[in-house]
Amino acid sequence: MKIITLHILIMILSVYIGCGIDVNQKSKIDVPYVDTGVNTNEWALIHAGKYYKGAHLHVTDITYDYQMMLTDVTNEQYAKYLNEALARKTIVVENNEVRGYYPGDQFDNYKHEFKIKEGIKLHVKLNEPGLRIKFDGKSFTVQNRFQNHPMVMVTWFGAKAYCDFYGWRLPTETEWEKAARGTDKRAYPWGDTIARNQANYYCSRDPYEALFGKQGGTTPVGFYNGKTYDGYATVKSVSPYGLYDMAGNVWQWTGDDYPYMHYRYMRGGSNGNYEYDLRVWSRNNAGPEYYSVNVGFRCARIVAGKK
Amino acid sequence: MQAPALCWHSGFDVTAGYEIKKEYKRMDVMRTVNEKNMSLVTKWFYYLFQSTNGLVLVAMSITALVAAVWGTLSGPMAEYGIKEIFVRLLGFDLQPLQRDGRLVILYHTIAMAVIAIEVYFITDLVPMKDRQRTSINATVTFGYLLSMIFGLSFGYFGHNFLWHGIYLFGLSLMFYSGLLLIVALNPWNKEYYVRDNEYSHTRKGIDLERVAFFTLAVATIGSAVFGAAAGAFFGNGFETFLAEDIIRTPNKTPLQLSVIGHLHIMLALIAVAITLIVSRWLDFKGVFHKIAMPCMIFGTIILTLGVWLVVPYEAIAHIIIYVGSVFAMFAALMLVIDGWRNQIQKRLKEQNITNAGFFKGFQALLHDPLKFGPLWQMVFMNFNTSFIGIFLAVKLDKIFRLWPMREERITLSGHWHILSTLIASIILMYYADRVGLKGKTRQWFGWIVIIGTDIAFAAATLFSFKRLGLSEFGQQKFVDILMLLMDIGLGLTLVFLAIFLIWRFIDMLKVNGSWKKDIAKIVKEVKK
Repeated sequence: MKIITLHILIMILSVYIGCGIDVNQKSKIDVPYVDTGVNTNEWALIHAGKYYKGAHLHVTDITYDYQMMLTDVTNEQYAKYLNEALARKTIVVENNEVRGYYPGDQFDNYKHEFKIKEGIKLHVKLNEPGLRIKFDGKSFTVQNRFQNHPMVMVTWFGAKAYCDFYGWRLPTETEWEKAARGTDKRAYPWGDTIARNQANYYCSRDPYEALFGKQGGTTPVGFYNGKTYDGYATVKSVSPYGLYDMAGNVWQWTGDDYPYMHYRYMRGGSNGNYEYDLRVWSRNNAGPEYYSVNVGFRCARIVAGKK
Repeated sequence: MQAPALCWHSGFDVTAGYEIKKEYKRMDVMRTVNEKNMSLVTKWFYYLFQSTNGLVLVAMSITALVAAVWGTLSGPMAEYGIKEIFVRLLGFDLQPLQRDGRLVILYHTIAMAVIAIEVYFITDLVPMKDRQRTSINATVTFGYLLSMIFGLSFGYFGHNFLWHGIYLFGLSLMFYSGLLLIVALNPWNKEYYVRDNEYSHTRKGIDLERVAFFTLAVATIGSAVFGAAAGAFFGNGFETFLAEDIIRTPNKTPLQLSVIGHLHIMLALIAVAITLIVSRWLDFKGVFHKIAMPCMIFGTIILTLGVWLVVPYEAIAHIIIYVGSVFAMFAALMLVIDGWRNQIQKRLKEQNITNAGFFKGFQALLHDPLKFGPLWQMVFMNFNTSFIGIFLAVKLDKIFRLWPMREERITLSGHWHILSTLIASIILMYYADRVGLKGKTRQWFGWIVIIGTDIAFAAATLFSFKRLGLSEFGQQKFVDILMLLMDIGLGLTLVFLAIFLIWRFIDMLKVNGSWKKDIAKIVKEVKK
């Protein structure tokens, strides 16, 4: 019995030692503003053509040119959109929730199929820990120093609504993967290997891990651009088309709605995942009302005159 | 206390070697076996590759080595940067494109070693002809060693397809040894009929425990085909995938269903095997034995058929699987109740206590961790896997399908790892008992394994369900605590496993080490 007691004491001590920071403390952490110098309003052009899709390298053709945002949508961009959308009444704010209309998905009554009905859907839940946008009853503002961090805590409906508002759309999974991989067989947007200073992933030891713990927080968009920030040297880690953060930082919603399930897929991995989830073909999915501190998005658009 | 070499309730004094005599006399090479003439290296060879304890020691050591080295490639070891050191040091070739295939091979190689260990135990505990025992053990040993060495070489040190071929040959040998085991376990052989009414048998005398082993072996061989069939289509309609990654996807190909079924049933059968091994080790008998064995046979058959039906009739297969599982789990429950009751009674008798209260009885139950532990781990397994599985199924649409797929993957892969390691801990405790771990060392080792694994896996289970009450933003503190508990629990267990294995190897250097008993036994059998 003495042995058992000793073991239990060791475990209790471990729990005590393991105590870290709590949610409230985490919300108050003073994050420095980091200017990456990357233009968040730029788009990258991806030419029509074939590329290798997935881990098994299926040759897939995209028959049209298209553009994708160079970076994830930032908090600043999303707050600006919310203000504009509120003014144009394409969204409503009710019970601390930003909501908007969605026409619904076709339902086939398949086993375990999600039923996504027509209605007013959740875009962003306000006052949630991790959300860096505030609403004062009239307008939306961004928590200071998080302006150029990716917009997170946004549902698929909220991401889609943003893109739709400006006449764009969420990229399909196929479009997203080609934008990340280019036309060769690489595993990561920049090549076949990954180093800790190339992307924001779990235990990548970026400066934000020192503030938030192992999982860290989001890094500003375009952070891994070859610059050195207060002694922390990054490697420029863009995709063949020049897109930043196509691996790590936050998962990115894509636009496909697959029949019989209606899960929405995310790509790219996040600061909460190990590096294998950052491979260009790695997928994640959830229901369209899911939101998380690790999930953001970027938009795509068709080049004028093409499909 | 070491279990008798063969089944003690079959009515035969197997150690007397009624068959061994005839068999070994025909084998000239074995006639030369004489302990005095043997060099130390030869003795070691005989111990490590002829005796059950030696064979298990080899398999266990190699598995521990693989777990220790390959464990540096993920989890906390990767986080601390140990992975980079080992990759440079050993020259691992970890191409991102090949990760899924590598893991499939790693799972298979470790599983082969575990299956080999279970086969060694079965051939030792269940009566069979000695030449059958020898050929089964030899085949399974070559099988797992070839699949392990060449599988890992192929997966982690460059894709040399000659190695892949030898890896497949190793797997084929494992399959062949399974066929040999089926023949050896034939329960309709009258030599093995049971006469003792304490044990479950038919009116004719067919030993139902032997039937359970036989059913298990047949089910395993049939289920192996499910994986092999998918593998046969590799590159021609079948692409490598990790089964836990596609569970929520509604449309799966028959080959994907085949693989999912394969991995589920193989682990379930490994669990059934260890339950039967423990029942034989603890001399499970009486009324509970008579109830348990038919349940185990029926459960194994239904469970296996249910999983086989996943490919053509996925919709109803799960219901069949549940029915089979209930019977198999009920049989295990009978074993636990009877085993614990016996342990309490035995200890109280040793203490000359005739009228014990709850506390005394409880103390008696905890007296021997190596006997208490395996049964407790079976109970604990239900908290971590079975009940969790039921909870998942009940709340599937309302909770778990709303979580992102990565959360589901954590739960599923955690579930597999927990179940496998708990089975490994039972094997470890049985083996420690076989090799005669005694006194305080027995207490420390037993309790470390039980408490270490239980704390680690309780933490792992909470980790996989953290989303029930925590958002990703607020999880870090909780995750840090759980990760620490997992690291400490498993770390303690692994350190004690290492010490235990080192002790066994040091024992082999001693002139009168306990390993000599196994050598003496082999020589005695040969001389007879």
